[in-house]
Amino acid sequence: MSATAVHSLWTMAGGVTSTAPVEKFKAPVIEYTQLAPVLIVIGVAVVGVLVEAFVPRRARYYTQVFLTVVALAAAFAAVVGLAAGGYGTTKAHIAAMGAIAIDGPTLFLQGTILLTSLVAVFTFAERRLDPAAHGKHVVDSFAAQAASVPGSDSEKAAVRAGFTTTEVFPLVLFSVAGMLVFPAANDLLTLFVALEVFSLPLYLLCAVARRKRLMSQEAAVKYFLLGAFSSAFLLFGIALLYGYAGSVSYATIANVVNGSVTQIDPALADTMGNDALLLIGGAMILTGLLFKVGAVPFHMWTPDVYQGAPTPVTGFMAAATKVAAFGALLRLLYVVLPGLAWDWRPVMWAVAIITMLGGAIVAITQTDIKRLLAYSSIAHAGFILAGVIATTPDGISSVLFYLGAYSFVTVGAFAVVTLVRDAGGEATHLSKWAGLGRRSPLVAAVFAVFLLAFAGIPLTSGFSGKFAVFKAAADGGAGGLVVVGVISSAIAAFFYIRVIVLMFFSEPKADGPTVAVPSPLTMTTIAVGVAVTLVLGLAPQYFLDLASQAGVFVR
Amino acid sequence: MSFPLLTATAALPAIGAVATAAVPAARRTAAKWLALVFSLATLVLAGIALARFEPGGERYQLTESHAWIKDFGVRYELGVDGIGVVLMALTALLIPFVILAGWHDADPLETKSSRWRPTQGFFALILMVEAMVILSFEATDVFLFYILFEAMLIPMYFLIGGFGDRAHTGSDENAAAQRSYAAVKFLLYNLVGGLIMLAAVIGLYVVAGTFSLSEIAEARANGSLSMATSTERWLFLGFFFAFAVKAPLWPLHTWLPNAMGEATSPVAVLITAVVDKVGTFAMLRFCLQLFPEASKWATPVIVVLALISIVYGALLAVGQRDIKRLIAYASISHFGFIILGIFAMTSQGQSGATLYMVNHGISTAALMLVAGFLITRRGSRLIADYGGVQKVAPVLAGTFLIGGLATLSLPGLAPFVSEFLVLVGTFSAYPAAGVIATTGIVLAALYVLVLYQRTMTGPVKAEVQGMADLKVRELVVVLPLIALLLFLGVYPKPLTEIVNPAVQHTMSDVQKKDPQPEVEAAK
Repeated sequence: MSATAVHSLWTMAGGVTSTAPVEKFKAPVIEYTQLAPVLIVIGVAVVGVLVEAFVPRRARYYTQVFLTVVALAAAFAAVVGLAAGGYGTTKAHIAAMGAIAIDGPTLFLQGTILLTSLVAVFTFAERRLDPAAHGKHVVDSFAAQAASVPGSDSEKAAVRAGFTTTEVFPLVLFSVAGMLVFPAANDLLTLFVALEVFSLPLYLLCAVARRKRLMSQEAAVKYFLLGAFSSAFLLFGIALLYGYAGSVSYATIANVVNGSVTQIDPALADTMGNDALLLIGGAMILTGLLFKVGAVPFHMWTPDVYQGAPTPVTGFMAAATKVAAFGALLRLLYVVLPGLAWDWRPVMWAVAIITMLGGAIVAITQTDIKRLLAYSSIAHAGFILAGVIATTPDGISSVLFYLGAYSFVTVGAFAVVTLVRDAGGEATHLSKWAGLGRRSPLVAAVFAVFLLAFAGIPLTSGFSGKFAVFKAAADGGAGGLVVVGVISSAIAAFFYIRVIVLMFFSEPKADGPTVAVPSPLTMTTIAVGVAVTLVLGLAPQYFLDLASQAGVFVR
Repeated sequence: MSFPLLTATAALPAIGAVATAAVPAARRTAAKWLALVFSLATLVLAGIALARFEPGGERYQLTESHAWIKDFGVRYELGVDGIGVVLMALTALLIPFVILAGWHDADPLETKSSRWRPTQGFFALILMVEAMVILSFEATDVFLFYILFEAMLIPMYFLIGGFGDRAHTGSDENAAAQRSYAAVKFLLYNLVGGLIMLAAVIGLYVVAGTFSLSEIAEARANGSLSMATSTERWLFLGFFFAFAVKAPLWPLHTWLPNAMGEATSPVAVLITAVVDKVGTFAMLRFCLQLFPEASKWATPVIVVLALISIVYGALLAVGQRDIKRLIAYASISHFGFIILGIFAMTSQGQSGATLYMVNHGISTAALMLVAGFLITRRGSRLIADYGGVQKVAPVLAGTFLIGGLATLSLPGLAPFVSEFLVLVGTFSAYPAAGVIATTGIVLAALYVLVLYQRTMTGPVKAEVQGMADLKVRELVVVLPLIALLLFLGVYPKPLTEIVNPAVQHTMSDVQKKDPQPEVEAAK
């Protein structure tokens, strides 16, 4: 770093203030209507916090559920409105002073996140699963009082008093707001802020399970520590990229990568254009995103967190986080680092391969249904990465489609998991699922549909999605990935089928779990899950069209 | 727009499956009748399709074409050639017999909870399989075919795993474990085959940009589509692997004896006589048509594998102690003949192979279903548990013998014609292979006759003493099948007339002409 450069900077700055007349302060232009989905969600989340403070305990649950559902539905309507107004295609542009990109992928992913969250929130609101356990009080999946120590007197008192943690609803909304911004972020700082906004509520949500509270808290601590670690990676990467490009804006960084920027920021004369910074910074940002996606080798948190978190939270997190994180990953790779594709593609190849194989192979040994689904989600992350690597427009739209298809299957599957219960709450150990098909054929059949979709059997959404990404990958010259994907699909099929065998071909155990009869809320979640799974399997054309229309990033 | 006959033929059993599944738990008999009526109605539609098919006309007839998934280049395209229409008719023909034969196989043993409806499920699944198999014989879009090829595994899997043969030795738990093992093995083998095919299907799309058979054929003809030799070979292998698992060809056959042994006899018939035919059919329709050069390239290896299947299947059949597993190994031997006929690349061989598919379906159905009746009566699948049945139940023994004789291709019964054609066709192209294949016939005589001798003749065993002869329902199942075997054995012309033009098309796909017979000049 040259001292003169710093010096000249100072003198220049001084010169401006001394000679030129004071410039008028330019007010930032914020396109409020285009940010409406985010604003609605975050606004209602704030209202939700106030509800906790001012509305009497009795009315809180209904108020919160109502507000949350209305907020998500309204935000979705806003997304649809924006898409209908052409913001996904012709009017796609960068909004909010370069911080947010409003384009096809943004709107598609926001719509997906909002719908998934809406469906998932129904399982949050479910209160009929454990009718006998707590006497006359209604019981949901969340701790009576999150602050009371597990097993303590204060916990017992809270349970006796019939407290419920209705704070989960505003927390979900905050999280959703972060997720809406995450794939739309058009500069690295917005990206980071969005990441934190959606992660922090999730850490909390993981910790508030009503049953198996210690496990839940352990999961939350793990998630938090590892999440913070990965955030640090991301942040460090951002700093390095700033050093490289002199800007956090996606477009500027991309230009510097391309070499189309010649002007060098004098303050960064030493570092700008230094490829080491670019490579290390890019790798660190990718690490942060791959952590959120749950790709091997950054997947370690997934099984523990999926298992420990309250199951509705798991479903929400597994679906929506994945959508948001892949959205951000896509934008980063396609908008910021396309000039670097030759460098990141081999790395991503390797990550995709070990993610597909690792997830599928380790899943075979699992004995807990939630852990099994966690490893399955890792394998799916690998499949999606195969589409990401395609670096073609087809690749983008196939990933979008896959995310939409996958998220509904996931939410539905975890909703079914909440129904199978015994005295200790949810019976997640696989051995307890034996003979479920005999005892409650409908629930088992529905779960079988979800498993078949995960396995990618034709006529389910899982197959359409898998076909789309594999086709894109093959078109994009990643035929090897397709072969690995096919092999790991075969491995994965084994453990999905093992669960089906267990449910249908094993004799029910005498002390087996009971299947709770849920309220219409959870039923809606499951029904929507099944419907989407079958519709996307049988007639995916409309949604493929939607995804391919949405498959262009604004730069 | 004309009436979509092919769609209707496939949709009817699918609707029947839904209707059957919806029948209330207590109305079990109604569900059975409903399934039977739907299967008979399907047979009528298939009969109409067969009648409307003009052997000398277009290659694909009764075609339908609709847009389906534009992004994947997938169309809902149906059409049948002579091979497809015959196999479709065979499927529609066999299902009513399967349903009738399995009339009591899925009756609940004890009254479970009112929501448990195994009977409805059993018949609904059979109809579902029928719908998918029929549609797969009609599909002229590779993707549509692939979807059905994979999807039909699921109902089959539940049929094998959920409804086992009640005649088992050992404890119930043990039998359940074996059954689910067989079901999982069936599914995994076929799924792995299918997934490898998926990679090839995607590869085909990348190369050809379409899944339509007709478009690909056209593009090939006018030269706008040319595949590199290595690409074509890889894609061929991907497709062939899946079909060879399904068919099944040695060494990918090991799931079949398990599945057929553990399943109820009607389901075993469904597997070997109906579903497995999709594999051999697909070799003719897709392997040869899409990858003619690679097919010719792979012929020597496939012929050898087919020969191994023939001899190995027959040898193992001779050594079996379990009646159903014996029939399963016999089927492996027969599938060897079918594949041999296909890849001999002569018109006689391929006509013979197609006829073989039909005749094997009918003869195995007859033998397996009678064997099922026998096994239900005695409660055992072991050959050693029988003896002298013909004195107690002469009709049963007689029909069993005819089914067996058909299996060993006795002249006068239908399979003889097809086996003869396959052998002639093979001999003219590969004399050595023809000779080796003939040993399969000799061994067939051995395993069938020894089976008959051990179970039906000799002193009457104590457990067999009170065995009832065939009942009316069982006769209704067996007699038409035997009549068909006799009829097609004496007069195969109606079938050959339909099949031959289609085979000519396939032969021209691979640009093969029959070898000219070499006659030494008379001195």
